[in-house]
Amino acid sequence: MDAETHHDLTSAYVLDALDPSDLEAFEEHLATCVRCRELVAELSGAAAALAYAVPPVSPPPALRARILEAARAERPNVVALRPRWAMPAAAAAAIAACAAIGLGAWDLSLHDQLGAARDQALQRIPLRCSSPSCGAAGSVVVASGGSGALVLSNLVAAPAGKTYQAWVIRGRAVASAGLFRGGQATTIVTLSQPVRAGSLVAVTVEPAGGTAAPTRKPFIVSSPV
Amino acid sequence: MLGEMGFVPPLLGSRRRLDASATMPRRDLAHLSDEALVALTARSDEVAFAALYDRFGRAAFGLALRVLRDEALAEDAVQEAFLGVWRGASRFFPERAKASTWILTLVHRRAVDLVRREQRRRADPLPDSDFGGRERSAEDGAWLQLERERVQAALAALPDHQREAIELAYYGGFTQSELAERLGEPLGTIKSRMFAGLARLRELLDSPLDGDAWTPRRTTT
Repeated sequence: MDAETHHDLTSAYVLDALDPSDLEAFEEHLATCVRCRELVAELSGAAAALAYAVPPVSPPPALRARILEAARAERPNVVALRPRWAMPAAAAAAIAACAAIGLGAWDLSLHDQLGAARDQALQRIPLRCSSPSCGAAGSVVVASGGSGALVLSNLVAAPAGKTYQAWVIRGRAVASAGLFRGGQATTIVTLSQPVRAGSLVAVTVEPAGGTAAPTRKPFIVSSPV
Repeated sequence: MLGEMGFVPPLLGSRRRLDASATMPRRDLAHLSDEALVALTARSDEVAFAALYDRFGRAAFGLALRVLRDEALAEDAVQEAFLGVWRGASRFFPERAKASTWILTLVHRRAVDLVRREQRRRADPLPDSDFGGRERSAEDGAWLQLERERVQAALAALPDHQREAIELAYYGGFTQSELAERLGEPLGTIKSRMFAGLARLRELLDSPLDGDAWTPRRTTT
């Protein structure tokens, strides 16, 4: 499918009306197409508004208890991970990464309540960089739910016609986690793939627009998460 | 778009149903935004999670019932969707979508998955009057009422073919190729109707000055 076709499929995607064969191809495309991601974000509000055209109905009271009980039984994300790094050095990057991975955008009142706990819920994993083009420092910051961001210092801008592409690697599975350009004092990249325990995060240089799978050896690799 | 109406959900008393639950310490979270409740839910805050359910449970159940036309299946869809909220709250990005959009998207996806698995969608979606007419009460709330009128007015303003494609897809759970077959139209036609229709719907929902059907009316006398 070409880009225009994908573009036309955004509505069906947010209406959950794509045929299974199109769905897979579209989601793959979505991972690399900023324009389509924006369109999906814009249209999903309109699609969800359709829910309000239906009269609301009170669910049976037992459903509430059942859901809360099932949630309690799971407790998937309750444990705040120990901080693995000394605070002052990493604080600025962590705060920036918090914003990048969506942990910093709510009420100020909550901010105060959650501040301390939030910092502890982040893991910082160091990156090794095998190229002179990235400066000294870099890390992957991962929140307890698996959302993650790359924080890189002094990474030179990608050459013309090229892009940096982030990957989340778990065993043999390699998933594209976003494209970026670099060229700033601090580059922060929100990873579009969850970073689960045992994963690595890597960065390659790829042709502009990115690729479905890495074509080069990564020049940045993290320790296992 | 809701903000333009002056109805900011987090502050709205009508959507607040924090039941005193025997299993839950009582804490008033009504002043928090939906997004803040999701953030607390990401910290495994059960009270916040329950408050989210209380805010969206009725809309969620109404939607699931509309798609599935079966109470037990609708309950399953709502339960799975809210467990999805519980599991996924820490991956929710408030910059990208409103929490309400995210939650209702999860509910719709679960309902559509179930309707396809159960092969229940062969009949036409039922008209409104068949479900949900009961239990309409003060609890229903001015906000939901106005929002319903607003979305219905926007739908009504779409060209018939576009509205048909969107309604059958969203409420009926039909895929594009199923719709093409059902309506006897080429797949490409269905795709363009769906794209044009939703884009138009978005414009209509975003423009507060189009029509006055949903404009909040104040009693002045």
